[in-house]
This record gives sequence, C-alpha cells and structure tokens, in this order.
Amino acid sequence: MSQFTLNLLVITASFALYIGIAIYCRAKSTAEFYAANRGVGPVMNGMATAADWMSAASFISMAGLIAFTGYDNSTYLMGWTGGYVLLALLLAPYLRKFGKFTVPEFIGDRFYSPTARIIGVICLLIVSITYVIGQMTGVGVTFSRYLEVSNATGLWIGAGLVFCYAVLGGMKGITYTQVAQYVVLIIAYTIPAVFISLQLTGNFLPPLGLFGTHEGSGVAFLAQLDGLVTDLGFRAYTEHHNSTLDMVLFTMALMIGTAGLPHVIIRFFTVPKVSDARKSAGWALVFIALLYTVAPAVGSMARFNLTATMWPGAEQGETFSQPAVSLADIETSEDLAWMRNWQTTGLLNWEDKNGDGLIQYYNDGAAAQATALAAARTSGDQAAIDTAQAAYDARLAETHAALPGAPAVEQNWAGNELTTVNNDIMVLANPEIANLPGWVIAIVAAGGLAAALSTAAGLLLAISGAVSHDLIKGTLRPNISEKGELMAARVSMAASILVATLLGLNPPGFAAQTVALAFGLAASSIFPVLMMGIFSKRVGKEGAIAGMIAGMLSTILYIFAYKGWFFVAGTNMFPDTPDAWLFGISPASFGTIGAVINFAVAFGVSAVSQRPPAHVQELVESIRVPRGAGGAVAH
Amino acid sequence: MSDRQSSNAYWQANLRIIYICLAIWALVSYGFGIILRPLLSGISVGGTDLGFWFAQQGSILCFIALIFFYTWRMNRLDAEHGVDE
Repeated sequence: MSQFTLNLLVITASFALYIGIAIYCRAKSTAEFYAANRGVGPVMNGMATAADWMSAASFISMAGLIAFTGYDNSTYLMGWTGGYVLLALLLAPYLRKFGKFTVPEFIGDRFYSPTARIIGVICLLIVSITYVIGQMTGVGVTFSRYLEVSNATGLWIGAGLVFCYAVLGGMKGITYTQVAQYVVLIIAYTIPAVFISLQLTGNFLPPLGLFGTHEGSGVAFLAQLDGLVTDLGFRAYTEHHNSTLDMVLFTMALMIGTAGLPHVIIRFFTVPKVSDARKSAGWALVFIALLYTVAPAVGSMARFNLTATMWPGAEQGETFSQPAVSLADIETSEDLAWMRNWQTTGLLNWEDKNGDGLIQYYNDGAAAQATALAAARTSGDQAAIDTAQAAYDARLAETHAALPGAPAVEQNWAGNELTTVNNDIMVLANPEIANLPGWVIAIVAAGGLAAALSTAAGLLLAISGAVSHDLIKGTLRPNISEKGELMAARVSMAASILVATLLGLNPPGFAAQTVALAFGLAASSIFPVLMMGIFSKRVGKEGAIAGMIAGMLSTILYIFAYKGWFFVAGTNMFPDTPDAWLFGISPASFGTIGAVINFAVAFGVSAVSQRPPAHVQELVESIRVPRGAGGAVAH
Repeated sequence: MSDRQSSNAYWQANLRIIYICLAIWALVSYGFGIILRPLLSGISVGGTDLGFWFAQQGSILCFIALIFFYTWRMNRLDAEHGVDE
C-alpha cells in the first residue's frame, strides 16, 4: 500500500469516528447545544478542554518554532500552560458559580449593561476569528501535504469538514468527539517522539531524552545540538538571544490570553460543581502537559535530524567530517523522498547555487542582501544590480570567514542552498525525516487534523453562542424561538468559517504566530474585565466599557500597524522588525500592555463614576462562595 | 451579619492562598525560566543549565502541582467556612 493511500485511510477512519460520535450525540435542545447539561465530569472535561485547547498551533506549529529558535521560544511552552493556573485560581470557579452559558452574559449581568454585553460579544468575535485563522493555516498545510493538493484546496476541504460536525453536533457531540480527538492527537504526537528519542538518545521518554546523551557521539544531546548549529553559523540553541523584556511580556500575553479565551472558559460552565471547575483546570493541564513536555524534545530532535540529513557527518558528532548531502541523493534517494514530497507543497525548497552538486545548508546571514539583489534584478537597472551583487558577495565573504571550522571558502559556498524551510512542516515531516514506518506518518497526519479541527469546532461554538444567545436573543430579538436561536447559531458558524478560511488563505504568520495574536487580543480585552468583575466591587459599567474598548483598540491598532490592516499583506504602516517595534515590544506581546491599559482606564473611569448598584454588589458576593451553585439557568 | 463576616474571612483566606500560589507561579516561569536564568547558569542539567530546564519543562510541572494544591486547599477552606457544596 502506498503512503498516500495509508494516510488517506487513517485520516478517513479518524473522521468517521468523530462524525459518528457527533451524530450519535446530536444536540436536541439549546441547553444541550451550549453546555451539554452539565453532566461532564472533571477528568473527561479536562481531556476535552485539552483537545479544545491544543490546536494546530500546539500540534503542528509550536515544536517547529522552538526547533528553529531554541530557548527563546520557551515562551510558548510557559505561556500556554501557565494560563491554566490563572484560570483555576482567578476565573473558573467564580464563573461556574455565576452559572450562565456565555462569557458576554457574565459581562452583561455583572456590569448591568447590555452595551457592555455587546462589546463583550465583539471582543469575543475578534479573538475567536483570529484564532480560527491560525487553525485554518494548519489545516491547509496538513491537507495540502497528505492529499497532495494545493494549500488553498486543502483549506477549503478542511473548512467543509469543520462545518459538518460543528454544525451537526453542538457541545455534547463536541465534548465526546473531543475526548476521542485528544486520544488520537496525543498518540500521534508521542509515538514518533518516542521512536526519535530512542534513536538519538537511547531514552524512550522524550522529556528525559532531551536532557540525555546523544547516542552517536556520547556527548550531552543539547550540547551536541548547540555545537552542530553554531558550526553552521546559527545561534546556539540553548542560549538567550532576544530581548528579555519582550520575552516576559510575550509569555504574560499568552498566559492571560489563555485565561481570557472564551472557548476555554465556556468549558468550565459544563462541570457539575464549583470545586469541579478548579479540578477540571488541573486535569486539563495534566493532559496538555503530556504534549507540552514532549514538544521541546520534538523541536530539538527535529532540528538535529534535519541538520544531520543535510550534513551526514553530524550523526557521529563531526559536522564537516563528511560532505553535505548531494543533489542527486535528494532527487533520487528513497530515504529523502519526504523532501521531494514537501517540495511540491512549496513549503520546502533547495537550489544548488554554486553548482557543485551538493546542497549546503547553513546560515549565510545574507537574507537582507539577497532580497535587495532580487529587487534590483526585477528593476533591471544594471548599476543597481552590480551594487546589490557586490553587497551580497561582501556579506557572504564576511559570514564565511566567521564560520568556525567550516570549509566554506575552499569549497566555494555561494549562500544557503536549502532555500525554504517552513517552520510549520517540522512536526509533520519529523517521522519521515527519521525514517519511521508509514503507519506512524499516517497517524501524525490524523493527529494534526484532530488538533486543528477540535479547536476550530470549539471556537465556532463560542462564536455561535455569542451571536445567537447574546447578540440576537439577549439584545436584538428577545422573543426569538428556540428553533430560531439554533438556526442563528448555525448560520453564524457557517459565516465565521467562511471569513476565517478567506483570511487563512493569506495568514499573518505561521499557525502558532497567528494564534499568538489572538491571545494578545484576549489578554487585552476579556481577561481584565472578568478579573475586575470578580475581584472588584468598585468597577462599574462605565469603567468596564471604557476599559474593554481601550484595551482592545490599543492592541488591535498596534498589531495592524505592523502586520497590515486586517492582516492584508503590504498595508502595514511600519516594518515588522524588532528595530521598528515600540521599545522592542512585538505585536504579539502587546496584549500585556493592552491589559495594563484596560485595567488602568477601567479603574480611572470607575473612580469618578457611580458605585455599582446594590444587587450587583450582592452578585459579586455570591459568586465568591461556592455554596448554592445550582444548574445553569438560561435567562 | 455573622454570615457576612464569615464570608469576608473566607474571601480573605482565599486571597492569601491565591497570592502565595501566584508568587510561586511567577518565580518558576518569569523568575527561574527567564530573568533569573543567569543566576542559575552554574547548575548544569543535561548539556545546559537549570534555567533552560525550568523554561522548557520545570515550570509546567510546577503549574500542575500548584493547581492541585490550590484545589485541595480550597476544598478544605470551603468546608472550614461551611460554604462547600
């Protein structure tokens, strides 16, 4: 059986399972559609939350980002897990006690204002749709590779599938479907990691293998990796390079963004008791940590294997003891078929620039000069081409002279010849790079899709809840029938899938980076208003409304200024580079500043406006104690 | 009135536990993982240093422990103040 057929078979089987569960548990009433009758226990709920939470960003993208950056991208690991501590301590138990269905509903009641509720809905929609774009990016990458179609076709197929079971299922279907998806994705993530960890370090537990010894050379694995990448002119893997301030702010944005994500918070409305809400957050983190402690091992080992593929000598620990991989091997060898497969997606490419029949992969440090040269060539001005060529050659000579022990000069290297390596392909290509059996590759494909689709479905549920329950039933047309409400929910799901897919065709970054922007937006708008709603009796509707608007607007403007208006490439006002960022704060980190602005504005405005009325003060008192948490009431 | 006082004491106790947990939360991630990493650079762990371990694994394990500690402590506190479900 060919790899293609095998992939298709495993992917189809996994989908049949999810859709089967969704149909079996089809939602019959609105209460079931949103919150599954609160019959879901903490362990199951934790597992479903983990599937909901771990998206294409975690599964497909994150290890790739860690692989190519190393220590600096530990921010993703800490940020996306630390948020659960905030959820368990600061939000989940109180929102469960409150006992309604959606996040905007809490905002509307606590701040006694339909306007606050509508602004909550708008914030939720912006956050969730940005997040869905990131998922669609991941779905596009996966389908394009495994169905051997273009990225755009892959995206549309994925969109159709998400639509089918999110719309049919509702929450109850999704809860059990997501438990199944968690199982598939965790198996898919860990099996190749175990194999690769065994190959490289002899330890079958990847988190231990990461800090273990490299089999080929007998040196500590991370030290070996550091040596290998610095030989090739890259920055040491374990060292800290970027700004400490930006690292702290980015981690914080991811953490408080996690705690402010509506589709995660909604999960804690479905547990039977307040104490279960706390426990649920703990279980969710346990299931998430299973993947998150493996991810840094996957990242570092993928980086090692990729580099060792390009420089076969690295297997034994001597980078330059053998020549670089040959072009003939890449084009014909059975072991390197994965390179040719990925080349067709356009996410991996190479070019024998110096015509020596070998593909030299290293950091030539001349990316900026190469771009300038290409621009000069398109302009056709000979003088400009000559100047750009000279600058490019000078930069290359500089890099080559600085490479420690590299035979760059005598072998006449002419720049990095592995011209494209998309970060997002690392996890999916990992089993192929390590020559693992075909069924492992097929399972990874199914796992990547499970991750992307489960999150997309959870987000769509949050979106449809906000539109049908908060916007239409709660404010615009309170008399709408239950049937009409369900209809509105489904229509809004379809509309959001369409918007996200269209925007996903030109995503503002790798899957994890797009998702990180969604976290910044959640951090700046939803988290602060929920915190103040629970921990302050002084902040009233004026403060909350002003705070949400200030936090969301400042963050979204900062992001658009660097990433382009509505992420349309070329419409950005400033270049998206560390030098151009305000105080070196990246757009993805700005959510933390947005949250500070939100808090400051809210407290400032509250100081000069009226205290919240007595019944709201009592509401705050009541959500602070667990006793008396009944089932949810819809209205 | 005594009800109000009791719930006030409960809330203050809850806040105290939250502060302690959040201090540890910040120490293992922002502290050991990022800002204090240079101070821990002397302690080597598998080819790198302790700060790297905290950033990539240690902090996550601490987070799990913190949530379960908080859950256990709060269940006791709920019972002590008679506000459990």
